[in-house]
Amino acid sequence: MAKRDNNINLQTSSLLIRVLIGAFVSFMAVFILGPLVWLALQAFSTTWTFPNLKPDGWTLIWWKRVFETPSMVQAIKNSFITAPIVVLVSAIICLPAAYAAARYNYIGRRVFLIGMFAANSFPKLGLFASIATLFYTLNLMGTMVGVIIIQLIGTIIYMTWIPAAAFAAVPRNLEEAARDAGASKFRVFRGITLRIAAPGILVAMVMSFISAFDEAQGTYLVGSPQIFTMPTEMYSLVLTYPVQIAAVFSILLAVPSVVLIGLARKHIIGGQLAEGFQIK
Amino acid sequence: MSNATLGLELVGLTKVLGGRVIIDNLNLTVEKGEMVSLLGPSGCGKTTTLRMIAGFLIPEKGTVNVAGKDVTNLGPEKRPSAMVFQNYALWPHMTVFKNVAYPLKIRKMSKSEIEKRVHEVLTVVNLMHHKDSRPGQISGGEQQRVALARALVQEPDILLLDEPLSNLDAKLRVKVREDIRDLQRRLGITTVIVTHDQDEALSISDRIAVMNEGRIEQFSTPQELYDRPATEYVANFIGSLNRLEGGYSDGQVTSGNEVVGIRPEDVTFSKTQVPGSHAATVELVVPRGHFYEVYLKRADASLRAFISIDVPKVGDTGFAKVNKALVYKDGKLVRTA
Repeated sequence: MAKRDNNINLQTSSLLIRVLIGAFVSFMAVFILGPLVWLALQAFSTTWTFPNLKPDGWTLIWWKRVFETPSMVQAIKNSFITAPIVVLVSAIICLPAAYAAARYNYIGRRVFLIGMFAANSFPKLGLFASIATLFYTLNLMGTMVGVIIIQLIGTIIYMTWIPAAAFAAVPRNLEEAARDAGASKFRVFRGITLRIAAPGILVAMVMSFISAFDEAQGTYLVGSPQIFTMPTEMYSLVLTYPVQIAAVFSILLAVPSVVLIGLARKHIIGGQLAEGFQIK
Repeated sequence: MSNATLGLELVGLTKVLGGRVIIDNLNLTVEKGEMVSLLGPSGCGKTTTLRMIAGFLIPEKGTVNVAGKDVTNLGPEKRPSAMVFQNYALWPHMTVFKNVAYPLKIRKMSKSEIEKRVHEVLTVVNLMHHKDSRPGQISGGEQQRVALARALVQEPDILLLDEPLSNLDAKLRVKVREDIRDLQRRLGITTVIVTHDQDEALSISDRIAVMNEGRIEQFSTPQELYDRPATEYVANFIGSLNRLEGGYSDGQVTSGNEVVGIRPEDVTFSKTQVPGSHAATVELVVPRGHFYEVYLKRADASLRAFISIDVPKVGDTGFAKVNKALVYKDGKLVRTA
């Protein structure tokens, strides 16, 4: 008898736990996705007034407005010019450093790796302000080059640490086997090390792109008023345009990140490279 | 110095790693087409020696000559040697075909020539059906053969094998080692194989170099190594041994300051006395599969014997005879009796 009571208790308590978990999941879903749904709806609504639960009407006018406003189109263009260049330059500078950090145990290696955190470890604005004074003397304020350099700073941490881990994970004797087969050091790096570390490097590139693409503080300080990218354009959008325009712009801003993460995910998790890593 | 019939010549090789002498003035000559094992416990320097032959390590002193050519200061990519790594080191992002073709691609061969030679060598190692598989999709034994094919396709002057069988299970190991030996004989390729497994070394080598602390203790044929181990270390390392301190005369261990080594298979036990045998009691019988390990107590010494027929029981008394003994003084073989 007592046993049965216990069973019932267990059943009710497990039901209760399930209900609680369900409630918590729904709450989190609303908490995380709610603002995004609101944003997506705003971008297509004529007006949306309190206390209505749905927009008063649907329209594409805000999208048209965004693409007809020269400053906004220019900001989109600028963003798509700077971010890829930043990723490329960052890769050229950081990948050899990452390889060195992974393969050679030189004096100051740890200091170098920890130092990569320095730029991210205190308020960026202070750093940018001091860089700005330097940029004034170098005539880099308000130039594309200046913006690219400032965006580069935020990508360094991704482009060194993630590829360094990827390079370190390439078994040394895979490189030795290629040397033994007759390949020069450079050829080994290109054909073996780089290829096997590619998934990690790809992740680093995606992270760097998103970092550069989303960078606003430094870009605003160095670029404005000559150069605006999408995030810095957002500042003026929020203040001077209807909220729907900002919603459209937010969606546009999110597109590259979502697409890139999706692509990288498919390539890394589903690709032959992942399968190849099962080897001892 | 240069001699076209030479396979490999190591002269006065010395290597210091981390302030420690790993290889100490090592000399070794391998004839062309010969298969030689470097045998020893881990840490004896056998892999270091192999890596110096391959070019991954540069010796502090001494020279490495391959096919009569001094290659001491050449990088691994410029040496006429090909190596099979212990864990095979196949490139995971390439198919079996591409793995094997890689050395030829680097030599800038034509596509059709590469295809022809890769197909040839994959046929030799019996892997044509896996040519489009990736290393992760095939078994350990097959990966091992791919690694071998990748080495053979280079038609090296010398083939280097670093513990090639240690990652295979026991049954497969015997088969693969026979395959390797067969292939090596057919192609007549000079081969150096590193192993810590005496069975492996004894069964596939023309000659074995037993290494200890960076030096070669003895370099001779498997038979010679077993019958006349030049040092006490070799006698202990190869096969099983009754090690007794004292002297030896008339088939008995006497007092003395030598070391007497007696192989358990050289000890016989019988119920009746024969010339040279002495009274013995059976203390322990341990079945070891196809033979028994019998612990015998004699007046002069305790002896282990390997016996496979007429196996005595514990407590039996009879006569034990030592048919052969190796006598060492200061670690060196002074006589056999």
